[in-house]
Amino acid sequence: MTKPSTYLIKGASLLGEREADILIRDGLIAEVGADVSSPEADIIDAKGLIALPGLVDLHTHLREPGLEDAETVETGSRAAALGGYTAVFAMANSNPVADTAGVVEQVYELGRKSGWTEVQPIGAVTAGLAGERLSEIGAMAESRAKVRVFSDDGMCVWDPALMRRALEYVKTFNGVVAQHAQEPRLTEGAQMNEGKVSAELGLAGWPAVAEESIIARDVLLAEHVGSRLHICHLSTKGSVEIVRWAKERGIDVTAEATPHHLLLTDELVRTYDPVYKVNPPLRTEEDVMALRQAIADGIIDIIGTDHAPHPTESKDCEWACAANGMTGLEQALSIVQKTLVDTGLISWADVARIMSAKPAEIGLATGQGRPLEAGEPANLVLVDPAATRTIDPQAQATKGKNNPYRGLEVPGAVMATFYGGHPVVKDGKLTTPVTHVGN
Amino acid sequence: MRHLLDTKDLSLADALNILDTADYMGEIGQREVKKLPVLQGRTVVNLFFEDSTRTRLSFEAAEKRLSADIINFSAKGSSVSKGESLKDTAQTLAAINADAVVIRHGASGAPQRLAEAGWIDVPVLNAGDGTHAHPTQALLDAMTLRQFRAQTTGAETRGLTLEGMRVAIVGDILHSRVARSNLWLLTTLGAQVKFVAPPTLLPVETEDWPCEIFYNFDEAIESGVDAVMMLRIQKERMHNAFFPSSEEYSRLWGLTPERFARLDAADHETAVLHPGPMNRGLEISAEAADSDRSWVLRQVTNGVSVRMAALYLLMTGGKSADFYPGA
Repeated sequence: MTKPSTYLIKGASLLGEREADILIRDGLIAEVGADVSSPEADIIDAKGLIALPGLVDLHTHLREPGLEDAETVETGSRAAALGGYTAVFAMANSNPVADTAGVVEQVYELGRKSGWTEVQPIGAVTAGLAGERLSEIGAMAESRAKVRVFSDDGMCVWDPALMRRALEYVKTFNGVVAQHAQEPRLTEGAQMNEGKVSAELGLAGWPAVAEESIIARDVLLAEHVGSRLHICHLSTKGSVEIVRWAKERGIDVTAEATPHHLLLTDELVRTYDPVYKVNPPLRTEEDVMALRQAIADGIIDIIGTDHAPHPTESKDCEWACAANGMTGLEQALSIVQKTLVDTGLISWADVARIMSAKPAEIGLATGQGRPLEAGEPANLVLVDPAATRTIDPQAQATKGKNNPYRGLEVPGAVMATFYGGHPVVKDGKLTTPVTHVGN
Repeated sequence: MRHLLDTKDLSLADALNILDTADYMGEIGQREVKKLPVLQGRTVVNLFFEDSTRTRLSFEAAEKRLSADIINFSAKGSSVSKGESLKDTAQTLAAINADAVVIRHGASGAPQRLAEAGWIDVPVLNAGDGTHAHPTQALLDAMTLRQFRAQTTGAETRGLTLEGMRVAIVGDILHSRVARSNLWLLTTLGAQVKFVAPPTLLPVETEDWPCEIFYNFDEAIESGVDAVMMLRIQKERMHNAFFPSSEEYSRLWGLTPERFARLDAADHETAVLHPGPMNRGLEISAEAADSDRSWVLRQVTNGVSVRMAALYLLMTGGKSADFYPGA
C-alpha cells in the first residue's frame, strides 16, 4: 500500500462558493476550514482554483478486454485522471462483452492495478448485447466488481418484454438499467441526424423520433414495474420534454447528456469528416440549446462523457465506413464550463452535482461524489477556471485521437486530481498511480 | 475551380464557363477526328467503387478525346467490405503521379474526403457519390435544357441561362444524387425546379430547398412545366414500403401514355429527360421515351461534352474563352 501522505490545499474555492484550506490525511479529508496548518503536510497552493469532488463518469468506453488497439484500462484511466475523474463506469461493449462475472472482475482488477481512477464495470443487460436473453446479471452483481449499472450501450434493449424484465430483475440488487434509446428499425443504416443537413448531404437519417419513442416507452415501463431507469446520452429537445413529463409524474428516471451534444451540431457533418460521427448523432442548434436548458432545469441529471476512443484507421476513411464515437474524458469539464458555467446557466456547485454527486448516486459508487467535508474520502479535483488551452488530440493520454475539438480553445484546466487521498494529477500532469486501493 | 464535387458551390459564371466549354467540346464530337491534344501526357484515373457502365463509358470517351492517358481502377465495394481503404488507394494513385481522379463511390461524401483529407493533391471529379451529388449529370442535363431552349427560341446556346424554365423532376428524390445536383445547378441557372414524388421518397425538412414540391404529378403538370425529368425508380424500394407496388407507382408517378399525351398537347414545347437507364413501363412509358420530345440520347451525347469540359478546365486551368477567340 502506498504510504499515505498528508497534503494541505491552501486557499481553494470550495465549489466556487467560499475559500478554505483542505487537509488530506490517510486517504480522507481530515479538516476543512480557514487557516488550517499541518507541519508535515505537502502544501499545495490553490489560490484561484476551484475545488470540486472528484468527477464521476457513468459512461466511459475503456475498450478492454479485446479492443486494446483503441484503449486499455490503463490509458483510459490516465485520461480520466487528467480530466478530473476519480471514478469511471466502463461500458460493457468490450470483446468479449462484459456479460459474465469473469469479464467484469477482469475489468475491475485491471482498474485496481492501474490505480489512476476507480474503474467500475457496467454489466450488459443481455447476453452478448444481442438483445435476446438476459445476461448473468446476478452473478455480476454479486461478483467482486459488485455491478449495479447494466447497459447494452451501443445497442438498444429494443424488445419491450425483455426491457420490462430487465427493469424488474435488477431490482433484486438495487441496480439500474441504463438505456441506449434507439429504435432499430427507424435507424437502419443511419449515418447522421435526420433533418435539413442530412437532406442535402444525402446521408441516411437518424430521426429524433427513434430516440424519443424508446424513451417514452421505457419511462412508462419503469412506472409500470416501479423500477428506476437511466437514459444514456439524451440528445433531442423532444426527449427532454418526455423526461420532464415523466419526472413530473413521479417516475424514477434519470437522464444524461454528453459534452459534445452540448456544443456541436450536425452542421459539422458538412465536412464529411468522420471525427464528427457519433451515436446518437450530433443534432441541431435547437436541440443543443434545449439540452443546456434542461440541465439548468434539472431535467437532465448528469453529464456522461460517452468517451469512445477508436484506432486511427476507423476514422481515416469515408463517412459511411467510419466508426461512431468521440473521445471526451480529458475535456469534458472544459466543455461543461464553456457551455453551462460561462454562459451563466449553472454554478460550480451545480457542476459538482451533475458531474460527481448525482452520477455517483445513480451508479451507487460509495465514497464518490461526496461533499468536501472532514471525514469524507479524499476524492477531489482542483480546477483553474481562468485557464485557457487549445485542444491537441496528440497530446492526450487516451489512445483515441478521434477528438472533435482539435484546435479549439476552451476554458478551464484540471490542475490536480486527488484519488483516495493521493494526487494522481498535480500541476496538470500525471504523477504516480495509487497502489492497492481498497485493500 | 479546384475540384468538381457538387453543383451547390458553383456560381453562375462557373456554370456558364463549363457549359460554354462543353458546347465547343460538342463540336469536336461531331468531327471525323474527335481529338484535342490538350491533355497529352497527363494521366487520369477512373476510380469506380460502384458499378456504372454508362458514366464510366462517358468519362473514358471524354478522356480519350482530350488525349489523356487513362487508368481504370474498379474496386466495387472494396473499401466498404474492409479491403483496401480509400486512403490507401488515394495514396497509391498519388505515388504513381496521377494528374486527376474521377471517382464514383457508394458512400456520400467520399469524393470530398478524397479531395480534402490530404491523401492526394490532384483535381477530383465526382462521378456520383451515394445519394449526395452527381455534378456532371446535372451539367449534362443543363446542357441539354439549354439546347432545348435554343431550339425553341432560335437563340445561341453559348451564354444562355435557363431563366424562367419550369423543370419537373419526378421520382425517388430521397435517394437521388441526380435530383440534388440538378436542384442547385438549375436554380443557379435561373430555372424553377419542381420536385414530384410520393412523400416517402422525399427527404424530411426540405423547406429551405429552392423548389416547389408536389405529391401529385398531374397537379405539377397543370401548374405548367417546360421539361420533365423522370428519375429511375429502383424496384427494391417497394420492398421497404416506400410504395405499395410498381403498378401503383407507375399509375401515380410514372410518365404514362396519358400524362405524356397531356404534355404533348400543351400550347408550348416540352422536353422529356431521363438520366438512364430507363425502366420502360415503370417510371416512363415507351411512348414518352421514344417520342420526338425525348432528349434522352442527346443527354448521353452531352455527357461526353460536359465531362471533356470539366476535365479540361480542372486540369489546365483554362476557360471557355480559350475556344472562342475574339468573342
